[in-house]
Amino acid sequence: MLASRSFASPARQCLRSATASRWAPALVQASRTYSTPATHKVGGFKGQKGSDGKYTVTLIEGDGIGPEIAQSVKDIYSAANVPIKWESVDVTPRLKDGKTVIPDEAIESVNRNYVALKGPLATPVGKGHVSLNLTLRRTFNLFANVRPCKSIEGFKTPYDNVDTVLIRENTEGEYSGIEHVVVDGVVQSIKLITREASERVLRFAFQHAEAIGRKKVRAVHKATIMKMSDGLFLSTARDVAKEFPHIEFDAELLDNTCLKMVTDPLPYNDKVLVMPNLYGDILSDMCAGLIGGLGLTPSGNIGDECSIFEAVHGSAPDIAGKQLANPTALLLSSIMMLQHMGLNAHATNIQNAIFKTIAEGKSITGDLGGKAKTFEYADAVIKNLK
Amino acid sequence: MLSRNSQKTAQTLLRGASRCAAGPSVATRFLATVADDVFKPTRFGGKYTVTLIPGDGIGAEVSESVKQIFKADNVPVEWEQVDVSGVETGHKHSESLFRESIASLKRNKIGLKGILHTPVERSGHQSFNVALRQELDIYASISNIRNIPGYNTRHKNVDICIIRENTEGEYSGLEHQSVSGVVESLKIITREKSERIAKFAFAFALANNRKKVTVIHKANIMKLADGLFRNTVKRVAEDYPTLECNDMIVDNASMQCVSRPQQFDVMVMPNLYGGILSNIGAGLVGGPGVVPGANIGRDIAVFEPGCRHVGLDIKGKDQANPTALILSAAMMLRHLGLNDHADRINNAVYKVIADNKSRTRDMGGNATTQEFTRAILSEMETA
Repeated sequence: MLASRSFASPARQCLRSATASRWAPALVQASRTYSTPATHKVGGFKGQKGSDGKYTVTLIEGDGIGPEIAQSVKDIYSAANVPIKWESVDVTPRLKDGKTVIPDEAIESVNRNYVALKGPLATPVGKGHVSLNLTLRRTFNLFANVRPCKSIEGFKTPYDNVDTVLIRENTEGEYSGIEHVVVDGVVQSIKLITREASERVLRFAFQHAEAIGRKKVRAVHKATIMKMSDGLFLSTARDVAKEFPHIEFDAELLDNTCLKMVTDPLPYNDKVLVMPNLYGDILSDMCAGLIGGLGLTPSGNIGDECSIFEAVHGSAPDIAGKQLANPTALLLSSIMMLQHMGLNAHATNIQNAIFKTIAEGKSITGDLGGKAKTFEYADAVIKNLK
Repeated sequence: MLSRNSQKTAQTLLRGASRCAAGPSVATRFLATVADDVFKPTRFGGKYTVTLIPGDGIGAEVSESVKQIFKADNVPVEWEQVDVSGVETGHKHSESLFRESIASLKRNKIGLKGILHTPVERSGHQSFNVALRQELDIYASISNIRNIPGYNTRHKNVDICIIRENTEGEYSGLEHQSVSGVVESLKIITREKSERIAKFAFAFALANNRKKVTVIHKANIMKLADGLFRNTVKRVAEDYPTLECNDMIVDNASMQCVSRPQQFDVMVMPNLYGGILSNIGAGLVGGPGVVPGANIGRDIAVFEPGCRHVGLDIKGKDQANPTALILSAAMMLRHLGLNDHADRINNAVYKVIADNKSRTRDMGGNATTQEFTRAILSEMETA
């Protein structure tokens, strides 16, 4: 494992790790620059139960509607007897040596528990803060973002039976943060693609496909235009695919993916899509649009050590404290978390209760066309638990 | 105006950039274009000469239908066809044919073009499509995303116009490998090019009775590059007080596009986002076969399907939908001031599709390209 977690800048980290592996060719197989053996699952859960038989999970309630929807999760979890103890932490950013950092207590908590659930965070504007989400990703080196989108019965959109899974490289690409003004009025922004990071996220994608029982992995790229950068991602994908002969691999041009998904998303239901940062960002939100928006989609950020599961919608300060918020996205994220931790029975139980509640349509929140308060929705979910 | 008479308005990106820097008094808008300066090619002997690049894939078939339709309507256009191809055929002529197509377009100043194939392999050539746009400096790409009456898709009342910067951004072609396994790809955003695309977008919106221009960007992450683009467009917007101008982050815009596309009017954006959104948009209204488009520069205008798909998979099968290229050709006729011809052709195409007697496969019918074309021709005769 490359000891690079403490680096603030992923760009530097990528460069460093790249050179490191280059100068240690004797230690690694030529075709595998990243030192994780194929047998070791990338981003697997390492946590152990405590003496009381429960896992401790860090809970970042977040801003705005965060505390309300986090309360729903807590209520439903205690009703479902999930063996989880919550450890709430505050991640209000501080400026340390001119850099945005999150408090040490929060970092220690996540490092200790290996897993966290996170509500929406508002990025403070104009204080020189980097986005908090970005800070978290960098702090814990969360290299893969998993974004499943599944149509929810009871909420009608122009698209039915959507069931896509997108995996997005989370640390480099267009979001490397390396930009500069060459002369006044001319800006260069650098998209960074490294074999290390590509290989890691691609291997994770194949393993994730195995874990969720999908037989196909598709890489999305724009290598016709960006021949070297996306070309590197693509050729790495072809190499990694050889390690997974039982999984079918193919590649598709970004343009085609956009077009086909919007025209008819069903052919994507048996695939896991994996792609560089920006494409993943755009396409995962687009898929969320297919099923009704960010209020219904979960998200997981997977790292070498720790993983953070989060609701990707905003903190909605306008409706905060009014019990109007829909906790579904955070709930579904927590279900991804349970599956990540191997608590599959609990995950299925709660997930079915959520879907049943929405399908019934009696106790749904305003954004889904109902009138229920946040806690009423949570109560209905609890009633539907087995 | 430094480059008004320059034959080579299209320099490479970096050249343009350094000239800007070296120029006296930091000329922030030496390439600025205003809408009414878009020139008209001269006609010789009563006819316009138009460069025709059929392109790869379905190009040959769909340009054949355009030629038939133009002939039937006696459109005063003489084609100058260049069969450049991006498919590696083994013979060495592709590069020289490409030069020829550039020369032809520079001469005629107007063209109709299909899409050229670009190989994925790193050893393959750079995209001819991109090279052509950069060389001719046809900086503004327009895609008309609009529901065709009578052809129902999942979304109704979509009418979006996507305006995309065509010559810089992520398609700069500047890439390098720092060390093995580490590649940097440069995205270039300049104020002058952002400004001219912004002016184009607002002038276009005014001329076409549009109400709102939405800037698409990712300035929350790419604070400098997309920040420059957004701020430049916002500043230009102040010169157009009658138009509403808002901005949206690209991922949100993609989501809004598939859930509530009716909210958009004109959208203006850097290169890559344009590629993404025009494809999403095409998906909304029925695919690449029905989306027309154009690339407009200061001197030259090239009309091509708005959602750039080669269609190698259905090449030669007589299945392709020529609607996109025919509507693009009609846009070209409007550009030449031949509005009567444009209207006749447009109306015939819309009528045939609305009547649902002859539709190509992508529109759920079973007509071949030729049958569909014949239906349009007979519609034009009876009309």
